[in-house]
Amino acid sequence: MSISSIFIILISAIFVNNFVLSRFLGVCPFLGVSKQVETAMGMGMAVTFVMTMASIITYVAQRFILDTLGIEYMQTIVFILVIASLVQLVEMVIQKTSYTLYQSLGVYLPLITTNCAVLGLTILNIQNEYNLIELIFHAIGAAIGFSLAIVLFAAIRERMELADLPVVFKGFPVALLTAGLMSLAFMGFMGLV
Amino acid sequence: MKLGKIFSRGLVLDNPIFVQVLGMCPTLAVTSTAINGLGMGVATTAVLFGSNLVVSAIRRVVPTKIRIPVYIVVIATFVTMVGMLMNAYTPELYKALGIFIPLIVVNCIILGRAESFASKNGVIQSITDGLGMGIGFTLALVVLGIVREIIGFGTVFGAQLLPAAFEPMSIMTMAPGAFLALGILMALFNKAVYPKSKS
Repeated sequence: MSISSIFIILISAIFVNNFVLSRFLGVCPFLGVSKQVETAMGMGMAVTFVMTMASIITYVAQRFILDTLGIEYMQTIVFILVIASLVQLVEMVIQKTSYTLYQSLGVYLPLITTNCAVLGLTILNIQNEYNLIELIFHAIGAAIGFSLAIVLFAAIRERMELADLPVVFKGFPVALLTAGLMSLAFMGFMGLV
Repeated sequence: MKLGKIFSRGLVLDNPIFVQVLGMCPTLAVTSTAINGLGMGVATTAVLFGSNLVVSAIRRVVPTKIRIPVYIVVIATFVTMVGMLMNAYTPELYKALGIFIPLIVVNCIILGRAESFASKNGVIQSITDGLGMGIGFTLALVVLGIVREIIGFGTVFGAQLLPAAFEPMSIMTMAPGAFLALGILMALFNKAVYPKSKS
């Protein structure tokens, strides 16, 4: 394993296989929590933290518990429990240590449990047979990609609030069309690595 | 509420995709063909049926504070079972849906129905609700799949529909096409269901 292979994992997770716009993971928060740039950033930060932690813990769980005991079929149940308890733990720690951060992230933390980008990432890590360092960078790349997409999308939506649209397109339909165009733009990164 | 009403609510007026806008990830990801959409819809319906059944049956026993983790374990159990059954009986579909089968666990529709309906209602009502929502989800997925398959491949459920002269627009089978097709379908749905609200 070399520096370049890590770099490729990072770039490919951020741009080429962007979790939201080309893999369709984490579309719910992408559409739900993207009305303002500020909240989108908060969501991005919280997701970054949970993704990195969850990747490491699920890797350990997979290698030392599931593989050792030969119960790989329990993967879904074990991983989702790890993520749910991790989110709970993160919430408690942030509440005790930094109340300002807790207040700005507050509402979004519990939502991360049902963010399919996190569970999807942990399963992809195992499927791609990454080692510990590779999967940490994969997680960071995925999280940056998610944050990038959601912040850009929120900035576009803030501007669109004032646009004079046909009523039937207001809200989700036009948000989806916007996301489609963004996804088209991100396809330009294809073949980069 | 009457059972018929509970059932029919999920089909149109409370449709999980077009009205509640839940479960977007599998909706967008697997509907490049109609058959994949149908498979995902049926799998989700089966999980929804099972989880609503169990959640409503144990609703008086589970302490409120830890209800969400309990629901998640129930849902994950059914998802694992459905995944194993699909792997055994429909291996091709299992491969095509890939990572989105374990991800049924985090489909907001299922946890949403467990929390907002099954945890407050009896077993029979909850099963009906699960079936209604599941079939509504499946219908939306199949419609989206058919539209994308016709434009993207010129076929429906694998059967050639458009003449060979039609140049398939492969963008519809890729990521941007999913967003665009769903956005336009949702606008059409709004137009059809709420015709009064025109600008």
